[in-house]
Amino acid sequence: MVPLNIRVGFFLALRALKRASLWTTGLIVFVMVLTFLNLVVISGILVGLLQGAVDALRTEYTSDVIVSTLSDKSYIENSGNLIALAKELQGVERVTARYIEPSRLEAGYQTRKESDKPDIANALVVGIDPEEEDAISGISNDIIEGEFLEAGDYDKIVLGNYLLKQYILFETPGLATLDNVGIGTKIRLHVGGVAREVTVKGILKSKVDEIALRAFMIDSQFRSIIGRNDGNVDEIAIKIDEETTPEEIRDALVLRGAKQDARVQTFEEAQPQAFKDVISTFNMLGAMFSSIGLVVASVTIFIVIFVNALTRRKYIGILKGIGVNGRAIEYSYVFQSIFYAVIGSAVGLLLVYGFLVPYFAANPIDFPFSDGILVAPYEQTFFRVGLLVVSTVIAGYIPAWMIIRRNTLDSILGRN
Amino acid sequence: MVRTKQLVKTFKNGDVLTPVLKGIDFAASQGEWVAIMGRSGAGKSTFLYQMSLLDDPTSGEVVIDGHDTHGMSAKEKMQFRLSKFGFVFQDYALLPELTALENVALPLLMQGLPKADAYGRALSAIERADLGHRTGNLPSQLSGGEQQRVSIVRAVAHNPKILFADEPTANLDNDSAKRIMEIFTDLHKAGQTIIMVTHEDQYAKLTQRIVQLDDGRIISEERVKAEPRAN
Repeated sequence: MVPLNIRVGFFLALRALKRASLWTTGLIVFVMVLTFLNLVVISGILVGLLQGAVDALRTEYTSDVIVSTLSDKSYIENSGNLIALAKELQGVERVTARYIEPSRLEAGYQTRKESDKPDIANALVVGIDPEEEDAISGISNDIIEGEFLEAGDYDKIVLGNYLLKQYILFETPGLATLDNVGIGTKIRLHVGGVAREVTVKGILKSKVDEIALRAFMIDSQFRSIIGRNDGNVDEIAIKIDEETTPEEIRDALVLRGAKQDARVQTFEEAQPQAFKDVISTFNMLGAMFSSIGLVVASVTIFIVIFVNALTRRKYIGILKGIGVNGRAIEYSYVFQSIFYAVIGSAVGLLLVYGFLVPYFAANPIDFPFSDGILVAPYEQTFFRVGLLVVSTVIAGYIPAWMIIRRNTLDSILGRN
Repeated sequence: MVRTKQLVKTFKNGDVLTPVLKGIDFAASQGEWVAIMGRSGAGKSTFLYQMSLLDDPTSGEVVIDGHDTHGMSAKEKMQFRLSKFGFVFQDYALLPELTALENVALPLLMQGLPKADAYGRALSAIERADLGHRTGNLPSQLSGGEQQRVSIVRAVAHNPKILFADEPTANLDNDSAKRIMEIFTDLHKAGQTIIMVTHEDQYAKLTQRIVQLDDGRIISEERVKAEPRAN
């Protein structure tokens, strides 16, 4: 059985809300919606700014699990066995192998005079199976000029945009780029002691440095350039299905001895430390903004309820005068606060999940280093809804309590 | 039913003390209808508020239905007001967001009656006051006379021992005021104890006894009639 004071409080709150001015209720709910958005969206965008970069790194580079060369080795030994092992694991959808060598790219050498400064850029050149690579990283979608590689391409190269002067917004000290290079331009590739003239087939634009600062060739040809005939590669990216976790695949590989020949990491472990630091900083900033938002919401509700209770002081006095328990009156204000918080949050939730999240997913914010999305995990959002309701209830209760404890007759007569 | 002994009320504003009631001895018996009169500032309303436990006296006794109210907690007084008193205020004091029916049902709900019972009793009480067609109206949709009638119905719906009325006709036109006094007369005939503050002789004469206050003291008591009579 619901206690009497709660029942009467609910009765009073329901009538007060039902017969309140629609504009006033609308305005309060609007403020609550804004507060909710402030709680969820500001921090969500901050985190999403990084999440966009994290997602891009996973999609275009590491995939779900990445196997890379040990720091004291030149490449992954026994790569063939490792690739075969990865392909056999349950949950693995695709595997792509990459040959990587530091190289020097040279352009304009055909017309350069001896006194001219050579047009040179340093890059990691990656030998790939274009079909496998594209199935995992989808980098053919990043092509902004020309075409992506195809099996059978010979002496063709695809360049990342950070290797080309025309795609650099600001000059970066230490970053040399090629000038006047476009589709069809012949450039010279220097790997080790080998120099090879190749033709630019496509230009990729990515916000992932590992893509934008690399150049791509067909693996079979690149293998012959670098003189590696044992089939050992430098990187293996593994894509898994939705039922499997990256940790499961990592652990399965480690269990089968992969650690002896390579470094096996999940996409999260492969994130650069700076990335992780920035994410945790942004999380802190987001929490800080959320806290401020929560205080603003509490103060707003406090003012709304205080003004409401103050202007209705006479009626509060009458209620007490005719024998309505002060607790019941307090509950009525608490219920009203809950109503504002819940309706505000519900509208906010609808906006966030019905509009903002899908909108930013379809139209990411174009930050220089990432495509920012709105990150609003359900558990965090509902935790914030809970926080908002609790702080609103407290903020609604305090002013009601302050007004209700005043002398009954003074309230009825409007005496101070 | 109600008895006060050497009732004193002094208001304090900073260092300024304003004595309003200066030792009032008063008694009203069950079923009696008493009018309290006096010029403005005589202390009529203050006296009513002390008797109805809406305010605490500075000193003296208030005994209601055999209970000495001195030392009662605020909660006990509130419970007392809820179960034993009915109030009619000069400005009707209806809650603006509640309909006429809800205003009447509220004290019944607060007494713990199930909603259906509270609404049922409130409805029949309103219908008895010829306001059956106004049950769903908010106070703002009622005339002054109708509001005061709803206010009276609310005050007596839970069968209080004492009905306190503070200038119940002050804001009403003549016709409405007469209608209100007819209701009071009927209530009195039914055995309701009524203590009413008024400044209108014609309505005071409807009661059984007129108590005159001046400068915080009772200066005269006049028995009007043994039995009440409709105007």
